[in-house]
Amino acid sequence: MSVDLSQFVPSFLEESFEGLELMESSLLNLDAGDNETIHSIFRAAHSIKGGAGTFGFNNVTEFTHLVETLLDEIRDGRREITPKDTELLLVAVDCMRLLIEAARDDADYDENKVSETTRLLELTLEMKTPSSDSEMVDIETDTKKPAGKIWHITFIPEHHLVQTGNDPLLLFNALADLGELTLKAKTDLIPPIAEMDATELYISWELSLISEASEADIREVFEWVEDECTLEIVSTELSPEPVEPNASSDIAPTSDSELSISPIASAIEKPANAVQAAEKSDKNKTKSKQDVGSIRVGVDKVDSLINLMGELVITQSMLSELGNDFEISKLEKLKSGLDQLLQNTKELQESVMKIRMLPISFAFNRFPRLVHDLSIKTGKEMNLVIRGEQTELDKTVMEQIGDPLVHLVRNAVDHGIESSDIRVANGKPKSGTITLDAYHQGGNIIIEISDDGGGINREAVLSKAIEKGLVDSNATLSDSQVFDLLFEPGFSTAKEISDISGRGVGMDVVKRNIQSLGGRIQVESEPGKGSKFKVNLPLTLAILDGQLVRVGTEVYIIPLITIVESLQAKAEFINKVSGDMTLYRLREDNVPVIPIYQLFDLPADTKDVNNALLVVVEADGQKVGLMVDDLLAQQQVVIKSLKDNYQQVEGISGATILGDGSVAMIIDVPGMIEMAIERAQEKQNEHTLDGALV
Amino acid sequence: MDIQALAKDIPAEGEYSLEGIDFITSGKQYLTFLLGDEQYAVDILCVEEIRSWEQPTVIPNAPKYVKGVINMRGIIVPIIDLRLKFKVCDAIYNEFTVVIVLTVELDEHTRTIGFVVDAVSDVLNAEDNEIKKSPYFGGCVPQAYIDGLINVGTKVVTLLNVETLQLIEKHKVD
Repeated sequence: MSVDLSQFVPSFLEESFEGLELMESSLLNLDAGDNETIHSIFRAAHSIKGGAGTFGFNNVTEFTHLVETLLDEIRDGRREITPKDTELLLVAVDCMRLLIEAARDDADYDENKVSETTRLLELTLEMKTPSSDSEMVDIETDTKKPAGKIWHITFIPEHHLVQTGNDPLLLFNALADLGELTLKAKTDLIPPIAEMDATELYISWELSLISEASEADIREVFEWVEDECTLEIVSTELSPEPVEPNASSDIAPTSDSELSISPIASAIEKPANAVQAAEKSDKNKTKSKQDVGSIRVGVDKVDSLINLMGELVITQSMLSELGNDFEISKLEKLKSGLDQLLQNTKELQESVMKIRMLPISFAFNRFPRLVHDLSIKTGKEMNLVIRGEQTELDKTVMEQIGDPLVHLVRNAVDHGIESSDIRVANGKPKSGTITLDAYHQGGNIIIEISDDGGGINREAVLSKAIEKGLVDSNATLSDSQVFDLLFEPGFSTAKEISDISGRGVGMDVVKRNIQSLGGRIQVESEPGKGSKFKVNLPLTLAILDGQLVRVGTEVYIIPLITIVESLQAKAEFINKVSGDMTLYRLREDNVPVIPIYQLFDLPADTKDVNNALLVVVEADGQKVGLMVDDLLAQQQVVIKSLKDNYQQVEGISGATILGDGSVAMIIDVPGMIEMAIERAQEKQNEHTLDGALV
Repeated sequence: MDIQALAKDIPAEGEYSLEGIDFITSGKQYLTFLLGDEQYAVDILCVEEIRSWEQPTVIPNAPKYVKGVINMRGIIVPIIDLRLKFKVCDAIYNEFTVVIVLTVELDEHTRTIGFVVDAVSDVLNAEDNEIKKSPYFGGCVPQAYIDGLINVGTKVVTLLNVETLQLIEKHKVD
């Protein structure tokens, strides 16, 4: 009988990672005396250990066993949980994650970290054990000491023992009735799983029994299996003076003093590693998620799909019935049937899209740990408030927004929150607050990362920008324009480079990542009160709200999110500057006009800017007016890749299929602006070349 | 042998039909088509479908021979005019113009591109040893696209390499 266990490994891994997440978040929220939480942490560790044992991930089992032992002591109230223990357990959770990931990928892991943590765990456990031992023995010496002897029993059953209806467990229960029983199973005789016969017993036991029972009493327990096992019973008298506990209590003080330093030192040291490890494992996690590409969906979502499927089938049969002998008198019926079909398909589309939606808590749940670690690292006190974690977001967007969010939170901790004494001096509460908030706003999702720190120093940003030559020294900029400078490559106002935010990637990367998702980021800040980063994301990457426009014979789609307004250009607001640059005065702004037909080399109806239709779009803080021939409908379009069969096209982000089956291109607004700038530069170069020749 | 004549002798269905197919698939099969009055061929296993010409959606700033993209059952398929690409003849688009859609697996990724040709002519059986190396004496079609030549009667058919045809980078350089 052999079962291929490997098929269960993926679900074990998935459950283990969930268990680890549960352990982590529970540890972070652990209050003293909260037994329920301790129990759930213990259960998570226990099931990971069990699973790992089943699948032969021995290092996971061994390591988790230590964690479990520590948790067990806490659970039983034998140990008061200290912040130090919590910290150690958090690091241990990281190690478990490392080990499980290594087991999954069949790869190496950071052995130093694991062995170091193992050592710490063992030390922590031993630190407690001697005293508890002596306590236990003390009690024993008081009550049970006269209880007689320690019996050492070696019990080696024959392999077929269980086939005769004997269960060793029953024997041990009977022995336990006689006194205090400790068991040690010897598993070295267990053959490899492939050669194993599940009906045979390969384990033998070393038992020790503290009891006043006689040898005959013990032999009686084994009476039924006497012929089917090797049994050895030896006794030693229990010495009235417990030597062992004394010996260990002699050692205890020295190791204690040694210990009391090292765990603290490493507890301070650890978080640094922990942050890195957390980071590393985060990366691995996203990687594995992409590899597997699986999704966990609530049953209610699947149920609603099945319901809709049922309705669709009914509509379909109704329509085909109608089609069998169709007469013109049944036209009304056909129409209503088609309406129903439309309704069904719409609902079905929505439900299918919903399957890809996950609550944003998937992205948020790593932040309590991050803020906890950063708080220790920076020595700043801070709280994390999370709101709107049930807001749903497309899985793909979620996976890609994680890293930018981490960066923004780090940034808030490092640059935003001031140290406690500055805060107190400014009359603010001692500990800072970082708030993560997610909510829907008109087909988009908004994620806000705000802190109640010192705010962004407008002057510092501006002077830095002038120094870098990004801004003219006498330019007047609005606040939002100044804060946008933060997203320029290589821009940092931090006086010292810290390894919390610095890290070689700047806010420009954050902005680029968000933009590649079709989103935007805005900054608001008030001096002394804090700053807020507002990330505006489309709900899903696969579908986009688009404005259909016509240029010549072609239909293009402009993402609705980029459109500021559409207008008919009035001649008096059109200005020609430096020869061939056309600007349109939109209230106080001068908006450059980009004729799409020129950029895309198309024949067009309108080539004159006067009275042309302008779609004013904004990207990277730059507004431009796209000149089009006609505005058509607005509709949701499914984005299809051009790269799959062709290649990336400048100014185009993808294609879609319209209702009539034809293909329409989706305009990539930032790309198009870039393209227009390049064209202008080429033109200028030509001019200067001409000038040089003349 | 004329494929039309063969087709008549093969039972369309029934238990003998399989034998018939066995008989005609000795050697590899190639789909031949016309560019102007020259004959070309591609591996028939790569042919996804043969479509009639329809005006594709223009790709901005694409080379002249990239006519645009069409929707083939939800897939966006670029259309390349082989006549323009190889500069072998004029490109006329009418109801007889044919688009051969070819699919090839490249680096674990399937690419599908449609190629405009003047007409599809025949299915050709050819053993590997019948494919001759193409002499290099100039000509419009770059050598990278040519797998060899096949003699059919007094005519010669140019066998094209489907994988190279699918490489957009190649199209860009030319």
